Amino acid sequence: MDFSAVLADAIRSGIGPIAAVFAIAAMGLNLHFGYTGLLNFGQVGFMLVGGYGLAITVVTWGGSMWLGILVGLASALVLALLLGLPTLRLRADYLAIATIAAGETLRIFYRSGWAEPTTGGVFGLQRFAGDFYALNPMPPGRYGLWEVRFGARDLWVMLVGWTLVLVIGLLLALLVHSPWGRVIRSVREDETAVRSLGKNVYAYKMQSLVIGGLLGAVAGMLQAIQVQSVNPDSFDPAVTFFLYTLLVLGGAGRILGPVVGSVLFWFVLTFVDSALRQAIGAGIVPSDVISTSEVGAVRFALVGLALILLVAFRPQGILGSRKEMLLGDR
Amino acid sequence: MGHQRLFTAALALVLTVGPAASAGATAPGRGEAGDAGPGFGARALQALLDGVQFGVIIAITAVGLSLIFGTIHLINFAHGELVTIGAVSAFFLNASASGPGWHLIPAALAAVLLGGLVGAAVDLGVWRPLRRRGTGLINLFIVTIGLSLLLRHVVLVLYGTRPGSYVQYDIQQTIELGPVGITPRDLTVTVLSVLTLLGVALLLQRTRTGTAIRAVAGNRDLAAASGIDVQRVVLVVWILAGALAALGGVFFGLVEIVTWDMGYKLLLLMFAGVILGGLGSAYGAMAGSLVIGVVAQMSTLWFPVDLQYAWALLALVLVLLVRPQGILGRRERVG
Repeated sequence: MDFSAVLADAIRSGIGPIAAVFAIAAMGLNLHFGYTGLLNFGQVGFMLVGGYGLAITVVTWGGSMWLGILVGLASALVLALLLGLPTLRLRADYLAIATIAAGETLRIFYRSGWAEPTTGGVFGLQRFAGDFYALNPMPPGRYGLWEVRFGARDLWVMLVGWTLVLVIGLLLALLVHSPWGRVIRSVREDETAVRSLGKNVYAYKMQSLVIGGLLGAVAGMLQAIQVQSVNPDSFDPAVTFFLYTLLVLGGAGRILGPVVGSVLFWFVLTFVDSALRQAIGAGIVPSDVISTSEVGAVRFALVGLALILLVAFRPQGILGSRKEMLLGDR
Repeated sequence: MGHQRLFTAALALVLTVGPAASAGATAPGRGEAGDAGPGFGARALQALLDGVQFGVIIAITAVGLSLIFGTIHLINFAHGELVTIGAVSAFFLNASASGPGWHLIPAALAAVLLGGLVGAAVDLGVWRPLRRRGTGLINLFIVTIGLSLLLRHVVLVLYGTRPGSYVQYDIQQTIELGPVGITPRDLTVTVLSVLTLLGVALLLQRTRTGTAIRAVAGNRDLAAASGIDVQRVVLVVWILAGALAALGGVFFGLVEIVTWDMGYKLLLLMFAGVILGGLGSAYGAMAGSLVIGVVAQMSTLWFPVDLQYAWALLALVLVLLVRPQGILGRRERVG
């Protein structure tokens, strides 16, 4: 069993482009759930409209990539308004159901044969991020230390991705420590009290939903750019559940929570995955107990178990404060 | 408010129809392509019948979801997995190569029993300890999401990805009833489903346990104060919900197919039915599910089949816009 290969896999995944994508999406979710107390179970829907907005503009309509980014952001804005207008006046549970349903409805629409001429149906769309890679200043080759090496393209996505994480983190920190941030945190704690102080709770919730949704779209576009393809089935509702797991792991209601959570989540997940495969290959785990093809399922099951245990025993995660994260009935 | 609703409806149209607008222009409607067969009226009747059959199966599973919400205000995102567990355990007893190879009827009964046990196990093993720890309700929603991921993928490891069907009643000759046709299997399933729903209604209206369930759902504190053992009632609700979900799973596996994620795919339709009928109302869940089933099947008259679930979910969003308390829900301030 090659332990250093397992470790290298895990580190590569923990600092890789996907960890940056999930960190950005989870920062949006953190604004919804951690700061405003909105139960958005459809963050993946925002990622989907972002990624597809970009891909459809470039591939189907022949626009430029920069226009595509604007289209992606605009779609997320429309989606947030659409979800928020009917549900934000209702109890938290309605938003939860409406968002999970909306995310899944969008996926079904985008993958249907009816929309295929535009969205590529089940095949999705490919090759639309040429403009992005044309800006890559790094010559082709492999960079890195020890066994942790990345190609020039991945490194470029990582550079942009983690820079975005830094910039968004700074902006969010300013935002949540502003008077606006104090109001949305009070909405999370006691909506009625905030309303009785004359604040328009509905408007604040809507603003939070829109900003977090835009971050989801940014993440979706970065993911689409990284793999140079969008496919409806990569926007499965399970993505949102991954986001919740890493958010609760890092600590909801903390600026660095989703970042720490994402790095750690992908590190641990890939470590387990890689170690299991190695163990099965070396015959330490007999392949009739778990076969290599079942490792993917085992890792989802472990995420589920981790989510249950975290919420039950340490709802504040690594960085959060317990007092803030005992969210009750609303 | 009126303007806002119009605005939202317009936005909905832009977002869902927008990407496919150019599709509609280039591709001819598929509906008109294969019109050589029966006329529209006959096809509509057939779709209505299929819709009712689909709707009553959703209703069986959704009643439990609604009762759980009514008594402990928990949205159980793991409810779909209770459905899958029912269907898969019946498959194991009935058709699996390593199973005992029972006839479907005892296998289904055993699966329903098992479903009740699983319901009891999650209440005693997960929810009761968490309630005692004082975990917040919103955190409990997230726990149900984790439970759903865990159970679904345990089923995937045990069952595999290959769809399966039960040994008995697999392929049957349709009975023609005038313009519509139905197989004896589907007819039996539909009749049994309706009888089950009637049974649940009788249980809720006529028995002491049913009265206690309705009392707890109506006002938990008042029920506890008048001497009802709330914890016991909640346990009964979980057993009932687990058993009904398992039964619905067997029925769905029988008329469609058994897969590892069948319950998860039904989950959103159950939610749609429950919200349509009014969160927490058992009869609302039945009525709402019936509407959802009919909407899903009737939509295939005009729209492609791969969109049929999406229309049902859009119906959910529209109901939230116009009447958030649902068809049978009580009008109260919910925000």
